[in-house]
Amino acid sequence: MATAAIELKNITKTFGSVVANKNVCLTANRGEILSILGENGSGKTTLMNMISGIYFPDEGQIFIDGKEAVIASPKDAFDYKIGMIHQHFKLVNVFSAAENIVLGLEEEGRYDIKAASARITAICQQYGFELDPKKKIYTMSVSEKQTVEIIKVLYRGADILILDEPTAVLTPQETQRLFAVLRRMRDDGKSIIIITHKMHEVLSLSDRVAVLRKGEYVGTVKTAETSEAELTEMMVGKKISLNIHRSEPKDPKARLEVHHIDCSNREGALVLDDVSFTAYSGEILGIAGIAGSGQRELLEVIAGLQKSDSGAVLYHNPKTDNVDNLQNKTPLQIRELGVRLSFVPEDRLGMGLVGNMDIVDNMMLRSYRKGKGAFLERKAPKDLAEHIIEELEVVTPGATTPVRRLSGGNVQKVLVGREIAASPTVLMAAYPVRGLDINSSYTIYNLLNQQKEKGVAVIFVGEDLDVLLELCDRILVIGSGKVTGIVDGRTATKEQVGLLMTKTEGGEVHE
Amino acid sequence: MSNAVKKHHEPLIHITKRDDMIWWKAWLIRLAAVLLGLLVVGVISVLLTKGNFFETYSIMLRGAFGRLGSGSTRLLWKFLLETALLLCLSLALTPAFKMKFWNCGAEGQALIGGLAAAIVMMKLGDKLPYWVVILLIFAAGILAGAVWGIVPALFKAQYKTNETLFTLMMNYIAMQLVAYYAYVNAVPAGSGQIQSIANGHLPVIGGQPYLLTILLALILTGVMLVYLKYSKHGYEISVVGESQNTARYIGINVKKVIIRTMMISGALCGLAGCLMVAGIDHSVNPDTVGGLGFTAIMVAWLGQLNPLIIVLMSGLIVFLESGAAKVADTFYLNGSYADIVAGIVILFVVGCEFFIRYSIKFRHKEGKA
Repeated sequence: MATAAIELKNITKTFGSVVANKNVCLTANRGEILSILGENGSGKTTLMNMISGIYFPDEGQIFIDGKEAVIASPKDAFDYKIGMIHQHFKLVNVFSAAENIVLGLEEEGRYDIKAASARITAICQQYGFELDPKKKIYTMSVSEKQTVEIIKVLYRGADILILDEPTAVLTPQETQRLFAVLRRMRDDGKSIIIITHKMHEVLSLSDRVAVLRKGEYVGTVKTAETSEAELTEMMVGKKISLNIHRSEPKDPKARLEVHHIDCSNREGALVLDDVSFTAYSGEILGIAGIAGSGQRELLEVIAGLQKSDSGAVLYHNPKTDNVDNLQNKTPLQIRELGVRLSFVPEDRLGMGLVGNMDIVDNMMLRSYRKGKGAFLERKAPKDLAEHIIEELEVVTPGATTPVRRLSGGNVQKVLVGREIAASPTVLMAAYPVRGLDINSSYTIYNLLNQQKEKGVAVIFVGEDLDVLLELCDRILVIGSGKVTGIVDGRTATKEQVGLLMTKTEGGEVHE
Repeated sequence: MSNAVKKHHEPLIHITKRDDMIWWKAWLIRLAAVLLGLLVVGVISVLLTKGNFFETYSIMLRGAFGRLGSGSTRLLWKFLLETALLLCLSLALTPAFKMKFWNCGAEGQALIGGLAAAIVMMKLGDKLPYWVVILLIFAAGILAGAVWGIVPALFKAQYKTNETLFTLMMNYIAMQLVAYYAYVNAVPAGSGQIQSIANGHLPVIGGQPYLLTILLALILTGVMLVYLKYSKHGYEISVVGESQNTARYIGINVKKVIIRTMMISGALCGLAGCLMVAGIDHSVNPDTVGGLGFTAIMVAWLGQLNPLIIVLMSGLIVFLESGAAKVADTFYLNGSYADIVAGIVILFVVGCEFFIRYSIKFRHKEGKA
């Protein structure tokens, strides 16, 4: 067998106490497409950043064509003919495609945009791209911008191409076109590394698959010799027991019904596609999915922070037995309907709390409208702040400390404490234990369980499947904005959920 | 080789963020900064004028407050008036800045308020009872200022236009409108400017023509302090300023808060314009506000958007400018001298905040290689 185009040996990278990559070994050959598969936070992007010179590995070696290489900067990476296409494009909007492609190149002779355009057209013809070199970036679609990024690295002579989740922003048709181009490049002898977590893409496109899990290298398999089930198991691993307490739901009643919600983002792409489910009182409904599959949009639509295109969000009021439609109401209108909806958003200091305000003023966010007159009432929020500090053991110099000074776990306790203090009937929490240590995490699990036992409908968006499977009564799995399945938290297996997470377009592969 | 092990040197100075300093310590540092700034001013003045070091300060004091024991309080009143006007405009800008809305249009908002007041004085001054005219002057001035504030706010809220450029442009519109009005309605006719408007002068209280303005500025300080700190509106302004996402999340109507706050900001500028035109100048021209609207931007920030500190800063700036003008006069220096003096002291005042927020540690000598 010929020497590998690129070989990684025992690559380790740590950020503080977090191990992003540990002893990763990986090879990519000429003329093949290698997929890197892994959950969120499994270290895929960190690894690719080390190959493209953005990070430098703490330990380990990189070999290019059998010779050891030192890649300390993106420029070094270019010298080794490595080109990376990032998830977020790095293009100058007011420049044309050709100008962006030659930008930063130090070529001999005069700046000749015509010659560059001719070369770009030649590259396009060779691989079957469609691109007008004169077109300005700001008039381009997402797919065209991606084409510019790919040609940019080809123009620089790259023969090892790394693509970080290239299909996340593409329509199925554009994806097929991209894959056709990638296959042509492979046949031309280039090696292509593609980061993805869409299983059907892995199976239809790649020659081999390397799997990472929690920063560690699990193994590489030939696509032809593997199956979806085997890859999923490699990706999610065996189940670990966490011993999170879970009680049986008592007297569950439909509390929140979501019917056929469609929601599009600013670019007009559908981020929620016909989402329907029901959340019951006295249960924890988990929401699992790859990051960015529409979880945030779903919660924001329910909370009235984002408009949906169609559908309904029906709330069954336990006090009045009324059913209200919350769709496209503002948060204030929702509150005025008597809906006690609490929401712990993903972005704690950017949305749930105000970092520069103290704990008392942050308590007031929910309650400042109370009381007559134009003036604020600070007594009740102060009592609440002191109560939460004591009850949840928040480590803080005092109730008048700005929350940005607190550690992540304590910030979250303040936020969750405030949301629970509003005695909600529906409690939504997005990634409430992200970045928290074990003890704080268990405090949060206990708080959610207490709410469930009080008859609150809890919606928990999580990323750790082990936690979801032990905490939740039911788990809704979302993939690319669609509900791919709702499973029972007590009987479902990790593989089952993992398969649903990576299933898109009904799991069918259209060639 | 680029992967060679890099040796770490301990840097010579180490800057770390400190916890909150006790308030009186912070104020001692600020006071020291002002004194240090004045000291540098003194040294530079001596170099420029070849005069006596201490004489510079006494001329400065005399320029700002008048000769002590001379019995003349004219300059002292003038100092208080200028401080009050600067204070009014700075306070007007404070809520907008707290909301992170960069209102650079205090100049135009005050001028348009002054213009509205002048129009009422000229057109209705002799036709309606005195107190009705006075009320109309305030109503018209405040309304005109509010409109000048609302327009950029509407565009910001609706179309996310840049408020800095927008408010600056509105200044020019106000200036041109005033220039046009003064040309067409000149008093005496044909002179191209309004010399003095006969009717609708604001009442003089206690025999002091400036006292009304000064009292109003003081009342405004108290009102603004309470509004920002203890009212629901003030709380909404802080939340919108800190994070619009949080504001949306708790159901604050962000557009409404932006428009309402700019209405207040513009209205207060308009009020200041009224005071200048109907209370002091009894005339209006494009230079009526005289750049005070821009100085106010600096004062509001120097005062850390705290009305009480803004009072002190307004006084400091007016003292430096009038004191330095007197020094420049005495030694035949040109107008830049006053700017130099103000610049030096402000540099120290701003610079000292660094020492309040950060502590600096020097590397131990023995660590040196």
